Amino acid sequence: MSPVTKSTAMKNMIEKGQISNRTSERVLMCGNEALGEAAIIAGCDAYFGYPITPQNEVTAYMSRRMPEEGRVFIQSESELAAINMVFGASATGKRAMTSSSSPGISLMQEGISYLAGAELPAVVVNVMRGGPGLGNIAPSQGDYFQATRGGGHGDYRTIVLGPSSVQELVDCMPLAFDLADQYRMTVVVLADGILGQMMEPIVLDKKSGRLTAENAEDKEKKLKLNSANSAVKALSRKMPPKDWALTGAKYRPQNIIRSLWLDEGVLEKLNYKLQAKYEQVQKNEVLCEEYEVDDAEIVVVAYGVAARIVRGAVNKAREEGIKAGWIRPITLWPFPTEQISKAADEFRIFLTVEMSNGQMVEDVKLAVAGKVPVLFYGRPAGGVPTVDEILDKIRQLSIPAKS
Amino acid sequence: MEAVFTRTPTFKDCPTHYCPGCGHGIAHRLIAETIDELGIRDRTIGIAPVGCSVLAYNYLDVDMIEVAHGRAPAVATGMKRTNPDKIIFSYQGDGDLAAIGTAEIIHAAHRAEQITVIFINNAVFGMTGGQMAPTTVLGQVTATTQQGREATDQGYPLQISELLAVLPGAIYVERCALSGPAQVRKAKKAIKHAFELQVSDAQGLSLVEVLSPCPTYWRMTPAKAMEWIEKEMTKVFPLGRLKD
Repeated sequence: MSPVTKSTAMKNMIEKGQISNRTSERVLMCGNEALGEAAIIAGCDAYFGYPITPQNEVTAYMSRRMPEEGRVFIQSESELAAINMVFGASATGKRAMTSSSSPGISLMQEGISYLAGAELPAVVVNVMRGGPGLGNIAPSQGDYFQATRGGGHGDYRTIVLGPSSVQELVDCMPLAFDLADQYRMTVVVLADGILGQMMEPIVLDKKSGRLTAENAEDKEKKLKLNSANSAVKALSRKMPPKDWALTGAKYRPQNIIRSLWLDEGVLEKLNYKLQAKYEQVQKNEVLCEEYEVDDAEIVVVAYGVAARIVRGAVNKAREEGIKAGWIRPITLWPFPTEQISKAADEFRIFLTVEMSNGQMVEDVKLAVAGKVPVLFYGRPAGGVPTVDEILDKIRQLSIPAKS
Repeated sequence: MEAVFTRTPTFKDCPTHYCPGCGHGIAHRLIAETIDELGIRDRTIGIAPVGCSVLAYNYLDVDMIEVAHGRAPAVATGMKRTNPDKIIFSYQGDGDLAAIGTAEIIHAAHRAEQITVIFINNAVFGMTGGQMAPTTVLGQVTATTQQGREATDQGYPLQISELLAVLPGAIYVERCALSGPAQVRKAKKAIKHAFELQVSDAQGLSLVEVLSPCPTYWRMTPAKAMEWIEKEMTKVFPLGRLKD
């Protein structure tokens, strides 16, 4: 079924009131369109984007749906422009997002650094493809370093969410907007070509929308319900007022949003302030999922789509009597360092599986801190590890563990 | 005694960091006067560029933001589309708008964004030490054209206003100068007209190019710099309304 047909079907359902009359609806959607609809439900005021495969369905979907909702859609002249449009809309207090794929995200790094300096909220979706360079349009996890370390200049952080199903991608969107507003940070939703293109049944919570103190509790329940298979949770967040926003200096002194601080010591102070904020994020916002870790001799760490393949391999290993389990980071930054460190207190072997040549494995090693061995298996630039490949690895590792 | 001239409220009462004879102070005042005369201070958002005038928010008492070099028209787009009732202007130099930011200005005009752009052309990069700008005139000595700009090596001065005027989305383009009281009065009229168009919800981008002196990096006295605008700059950048 072509994306166009899917959109039309969805549109018809909305027009006929088959969806909007209910608070939630189970529908079949591809990840790219689903994340767009989820952003709309989350109260996204403006979407700015530039075409790039494999995320073109987002742009096409938003071009139709945003005007329908009376909101803003612009196809920008470049990713540089798109992220700066986000910067502008966000500066006025609006919820703004962009989406792209790896090479486009590289172009946005300048803007993301400025967003960090100016402490502006933003949501950036990266539907990763193979790299470096133009690479290919196959799914990849090669942008983990860029997303979690920050490809832009300066001492800053972005929150990074790594969903592994279309439902979780949908659940990540309101969470991303809330986190962005709460901490005045960029939140990167790190998906990949599989997640973007894959169709899965999802529950769209039509009433989730923007968090207020009143609906926070309600929403928390719903999100938990929707994400029964994941640990994605909505905390009862109280959004801080956007009194810093540029809205015209009416009945108040002028607001200035800036990232240039030339006076001696001022920028250093600002950086300490940012650091304190990042520490709060690390303390409060870690999300991860664990499976059969308690008695596991081999713990496989994977995120996103790779984690789904790992799940299959670990289940098969258990059937063979190998004590395997897995840990799946959902927030890639803040990284579940404590959870992994705790798991490394007992002797077990860690195996990190990624659709790259090994990026997250560095964070796993930092968390494990040399206590136990950390091994890696991955395939880069469009290579997708198979269940059998991972199972083979687990089998190899289980021999010394058993002896 | 009746006061015949007072500081306009939106122009803050403080010394500026600009060099003696710099044109930014005059241009700032013209914008501040326009904002006050149109009564739009409480719904105006200004965008400061990268360059000497990055600190424009220290002098203009409106909500303002600092943006990456050249990206102001994209930021303005994001602001205006989400806030159609606000008056959005960008203030950009020739390094900012005519070099690194050409894509953003051309496409903002191309999309007919309802924003106002004040484009300060002083034919050099000021803040970084007087390097060649795309607008540097032939023969002009700068930090990076020490023998004078040569067309064969560095190309020709870029006439941004002429480029933009051909786009249907640019509804008003005028080039003015700050080279004397008469020219300043004309520049004020142009700036006011550009803002008025946005206030009246005119469907497109308005841009005023302002030829502005940089005595420091032209290595001239302020008076000589004013003369140089009239004698040399206007040959390459003729004054007048290119489109309305």
